[in-house]
Amino acid sequence: MPHWLQLMLDSLGPLLWAALAFTIPLTLLSFVFGLALGLISALIRLFGPRPLAAVVRFYVWIIRGTPLLVQLFLIFYGLPSAGILLDAFPAALIGFTLNIGAYSSEIIRAAISSVAKGQWEASFSIGMSWSQTMRRTILPQAARVAVPPLSNTFISLVKDTSLAAAITVPELFQAAQRIVAVTYEPLILYIEAALIYLAISSILSALQARLELRLGRYGGFMEARA
Amino acid sequence: MIELSHIVKKFGDHTVLDDVSITFAEGSVTALIGPSGGGKSTLLRCINLLETPTSGTVQIGEERIEFHPGRKVGWAAIQKLRRKTGMVFQNFQLFPHRTAIENVSESLTTVLKWPKERARQRALELLEKVGLAHKADAWPATLSGGQQQRVAIARALAPSPEVLLCDEPTSALDPELAGEVVEVLAQLAREGTTMVIATHDLRLASTIAQEAVFLDAGIVVEKGPSRALFGDPQRERTRRFIATLIQKPAEQEGSGI
Repeated sequence: MPHWLQLMLDSLGPLLWAALAFTIPLTLLSFVFGLALGLISALIRLFGPRPLAAVVRFYVWIIRGTPLLVQLFLIFYGLPSAGILLDAFPAALIGFTLNIGAYSSEIIRAAISSVAKGQWEASFSIGMSWSQTMRRTILPQAARVAVPPLSNTFISLVKDTSLAAAITVPELFQAAQRIVAVTYEPLILYIEAALIYLAISSILSALQARLELRLGRYGGFMEARA
Repeated sequence: MIELSHIVKKFGDHTVLDDVSITFAEGSVTALIGPSGGGKSTLLRCINLLETPTSGTVQIGEERIEFHPGRKVGWAAIQKLRRKTGMVFQNFQLFPHRTAIENVSESLTTVLKWPKERARQRALELLEKVGLAHKADAWPATLSGGQQQRVAIARALAPSPEVLLCDEPTSALDPELAGEVVEVLAQLAREGTTMVIATHDLRLASTIAQEAVFLDAGIVVEKGPSRALFGDPQRERTRRFIATLIQKPAEQEGSGI
């Protein structure tokens, strides 16, 4: 067996473990929390009282205008100076959640705005309340518009979790770095790490395609192509 | 009975409805006619409060709301009144993500909390009434405009409203498809459904409506039995408008290739 293959096989276990124990949970949790935060932010910006909407705008402005790595450092290395001490994983989770929240709020806001005003009126005209209209008429149609850009955000997130290595989260990329430190084989190990990221993103892309097809099944303005 | 009294609607400085008072008797069909921007649509939307009148009173049956400038009316009161009405829109506005039958049963399951099976049964009966039982499971995008509007009529009727409000129900349809919608509305009229129809379609207005109201610049210019209003309008303004309505279909026929 060639040396590089042997090395890859030997390190596969630790790398996959790091992906399963840290990369994937970090991705899923911060996406779910971030999406909830994004939905609330979008609703506040569209329908909330002005001062609150301004707070949300400020939040989105800060998050989108500063590097993710700087945000993570601020939370993990900076906040202790202000008396807030967080473990690496929760610090990363907070950082990524805030990030996803900001980006997805813009996507969700646009998607909700894209639903025709007449759909609100049709819902009201059959007696539905505001929240019933939102839940049953507006959000399902907005979802169809939001899924492609949100999937993009999700796949970017998978890759961005590698930044958590810089604040000591032992995720996939950091596991690769550690093995490099003892084997001095950066080329092989980083290729292997890249392949694992590629595999995870590819699976997600396939799931996205299926979800889009399902959301597009009712036809209409964006004909779904099988 | 529906009673609108002294309805005023302003958008900023612009007065769209200026002290309009009309009563619609139970079982009557009334056509609201008049030039675009004359206030027909706004008046119709003031009945189910998609537009909030600036001032005046809207009463449907026992439910009554008084509006005053600068004073807000609660959602609960608005919904109570609105639930006595059903509305058909110019561009159908079916829910594109629900099948025909789901469109019709939505109000029953979501608003009235009917059990699913009972709602489905009623929705199917209504689709049958508009001649579309065979399209129950079709997506709106796969239906013709006329079919979509008929589903929309069934949807509006599902919660058994006291009045059906139709906002230009045929104007987005070509004459043939408009015909099938007029037929359905005529059938409803024969069954005694109370209807208020804002329309440019003289065929719709003259075949279905017993009453007609001519609105121009936010004012009721003339009202009365539709036959009299169309056949022998008293006001010069009404006469000129009706002449343009009669001319239009003739022009359309001439323009065919």
